[in-house]
Amino acid sequence: MTQIVEPNRRDLFKIAGGGVVIFFGLKPLAEAVAQDWPRYPSDFHAYLAIGADGRVTVFSGKIEMGQGVLTSQAQMAAEELGVPLSSVDMVLGDTARCPWDMGTFGSLTTRMFGPHLRTAAAMARGVLLELAATRLDAPVNRLRAKDGVIAVIGAPGRMVSYAALSRQARIARGLDKAPPLHTPSEFTVMGRSAKRLDGVEKVTGAAKYAADIRLPGMLYARILRPPQHDATLKRVDTAAAEKLAGIVVVHKKDLIAVLHADPEVASVALSRIVTEWDQPASTLDQDTIFAHIEAAAKDVQVLQSKGDVTRTRAARAFDVTFHKGYVAHAPIEPHAALAEVKGGHATIWASTQTPFPTRDEIARALNFKPEAVRVITPYVGGGFGGKSRSIQAIEAARLAQVTGKPVQVEWTRADEFYNDTFDPAAVVKIRSGLTDANRIAYWDYEVFAAGGRAAEIFYDIPNLRVRSAGGMSYEGAAARKGLHPFGVGPWRAPGANMNIFAVESQIDTLAAAAHADPMAFRMAHLSDPRMRRVLRSCADAFGWKPAAGPSGRGVGMALSSDAGSYVATMAEVKVDKQSGKVHVERITCAIDMGVVVNPEGARMQTEGCLTMGLGYTFAEELRFKGGRILDSNFDTYHLPRFSSLPKMIETVLVKNDALAPQGCGEPAITTTGAVIANAVFDACGARLTRLPMTPERVRAALLAQGT
Amino acid sequence: MSHAIRFNLNGNPVSLPAGNNRTLLWALRTDTGVTGPKYGCGEGLCGACTVLVDGKPVRSCSFPLNDVVGKNVTTIEGLAKKGVLHPLQQAFIDHGAFQCGYCTSGMLLTAYALLQENPHPSRDDIVTGLDHNLCRCGAHQRIVAAVQTAARQAGGRP
Ligand code: FES
Ligand code: FES
Repeated sequence: MTQIVEPNRRDLFKIAGGGVVIFFGLKPLAEAVAQDWPRYPSDFHAYLAIGADGRVTVFSGKIEMGQGVLTSQAQMAAEELGVPLSSVDMVLGDTARCPWDMGTFGSLTTRMFGPHLRTAAAMARGVLLELAATRLDAPVNRLRAKDGVIAVIGAPGRMVSYAALSRQARIARGLDKAPPLHTPSEFTVMGRSAKRLDGVEKVTGAAKYAADIRLPGMLYARILRPPQHDATLKRVDTAAAEKLAGIVVVHKKDLIAVLHADPEVASVALSRIVTEWDQPASTLDQDTIFAHIEAAAKDVQVLQSKGDVTRTRAARAFDVTFHKGYVAHAPIEPHAALAEVKGGHATIWASTQTPFPTRDEIARALNFKPEAVRVITPYVGGGFGGKSRSIQAIEAARLAQVTGKPVQVEWTRADEFYNDTFDPAAVVKIRSGLTDANRIAYWDYEVFAAGGRAAEIFYDIPNLRVRSAGGMSYEGAAARKGLHPFGVGPWRAPGANMNIFAVESQIDTLAAAAHADPMAFRMAHLSDPRMRRVLRSCADAFGWKPAAGPSGRGVGMALSSDAGSYVATMAEVKVDKQSGKVHVERITCAIDMGVVVNPEGARMQTEGCLTMGLGYTFAEELRFKGGRILDSNFDTYHLPRFSSLPKMIETVLVKNDALAPQGCGEPAITTTGAVIANAVFDACGARLTRLPMTPERVRAALLAQGT
Repeated sequence: MSHAIRFNLNGNPVSLPAGNNRTLLWALRTDTGVTGPKYGCGEGLCGACTVLVDGKPVRSCSFPLNDVVGKNVTTIEGLAKKGVLHPLQQAFIDHGAFQCGYCTSGMLLTAYALLQENPHPSRDDIVTGLDHNLCRCGAHQRIVAAVQTAARQAGGRP
């Protein structure tokens, strides 16, 4: 039954473009969608509109930063609506046109937003079927929708297109009951590899990013940054900067900026500002930070507890501490925004993962109502969690308000390093033991400062305790106060990279102590059939041959369960014992992410994860002295590059159509540190317990075990 | 008074104010509407700003505007001819050799110049040729495959 509801957003047609507009109120959708998180608000939001030309426009608060959700969301809508993928247009991350969304992070787009979008599209199909029933004078159950056309089954010629139905009426509807979603066996668009819809734009330079938007009369801003995070300004002199023709200097509270119609002149002006700062000294650096973190990480949470971890008698003990430094997000596109404030309204084009929360923050900064602020998100040039906060958008909006001109803020690479919300340095301490029968007797795990994601154990261990101290990296400033000398925040699979590194390294150590093949040892402690299957799939593809480590072959494995997906990764490495250099020969990753929306897209994300992961594994570690960030560009902070990568990264998608789609953008990256550490151990017997595994640390580990 | 810098941009004559030691990247992005070359590091370290000057790849963030007088500057916008994608561009699409796409214009133009120099590159040649272009998204494996495909398809004539 169709229920016609009066949308409370009267401009629905204007923003959606007319034709048939499908919106939802929370109630019917909450009932239709099994998961009710994140909470979408209860006012009506248009999800999709079918134009008089039959083209479908999908509105989504998610943004495209390379993870392919422009395409996968279009696939989901096309699937449920019954239209070809080529007839779908996407509008993403525009707060004036898209349904509210918390942000694009946590591998949630397909997992959490997907069901909402698919339900909305299924509703649209339902509405169109009802319209067609009247038009074709046939009951709905005798109609079939396919490729944007509804036909009467068994009556050739009796058909009507979505376009014709949309021309017939301007109609906005929701249903009190959504038709069932397509099952994997019914899929014609989902579950098949689709070429990315942003491809042509991205290879021709037509794709616009925030810093590519131009407005007449715009100014380019350069912003003064303190030399370190805890510095206070004692004196500032902008006189020399002001001498430059056409320069605008803004000094408003904490915001000191120079603006010009030519960004290079703005840079010159910035270099002419004379400052004096109070710079407190600190003993904290990338080596001393760990002791500090252990002492300062309070607020211990017990994540998992079973049996008694103090029952350590009759077991051989293996106690180890793992370390990892701060890691930068370092997207190649720095944070950028263009803001225009005019007539009580603000429009901001921003490189952001969180258009709606950013809109609200801008509104507070400008003292505007959120409705008076519109954030538009063009293509984002990489985020990885680092664009969850978008301070640059607030800076641009404030400067536009002060100057009355459109203002672009594009962070320099040094700004980007300075303002980054780094993946936190972290410590993990494990006490563990083996019985005489080579079973894991107990496991007492404590993580400091990384948070508990992926810390929980999926192995069968009778005595178990998993604790997390110092909170998650993204719990806000209060929780982190005193813990870190500068900002930290979510970094692709926050915390899980450290936890899986520690857990899977230690499992390998126990396997070696038991003189067991690492796969057999894991299997002996695994009863979860899904994880067993993923591990077996990976071993088959990789060609795993059982042997206890260190076997000298340089092969290793790591398992992970993250964002609803299960991952097994195997790698082969060569270690140059003289230089300590490790070269990765090949990586195979098997991943079960439930129903796969776009298989090729899923492979791309998995390869991207493993490639990026090799950065934190081998080289990425921020250098700092207290609040002073010593890395400011890619000359000292080294990202993975072509020559440092294996010839082959192979992804195996383990079929699991019984499970709804799970996370894809993060899970595989969590295995990288451990799989390489374990392969290095297998190659040469050296156990690396600190990330990144630089050549010096590999050499030191080799010396320590007397090779 | 600032004189004018004249050169060809993607086949069309342009004239930009010389200003004071302007840099090619910022002059292009600010004055011409050509935004394909991207800012990534500003110090020649990432390759996102790569353009071709008389067919040779240069890092436009570190290249003086003065030095393009009378020359041909090609940006990513000039690679497709009459709406037909260059085989490299097509290969990037076919292989999914990009994610966020921010490094893509620099990758494509560097690869284009590489194939001009060396129409039959080995895998190692491609890796060496692209090694100073950074991609944070991890599209490397597909970029290498795309360049290999384009080289094959062009039969050695990019
Ligand atoms: S911006 Fe020119 S090389 Fe990075
Ligand atoms: S595709 Fe994002 S940096 Fe290369």
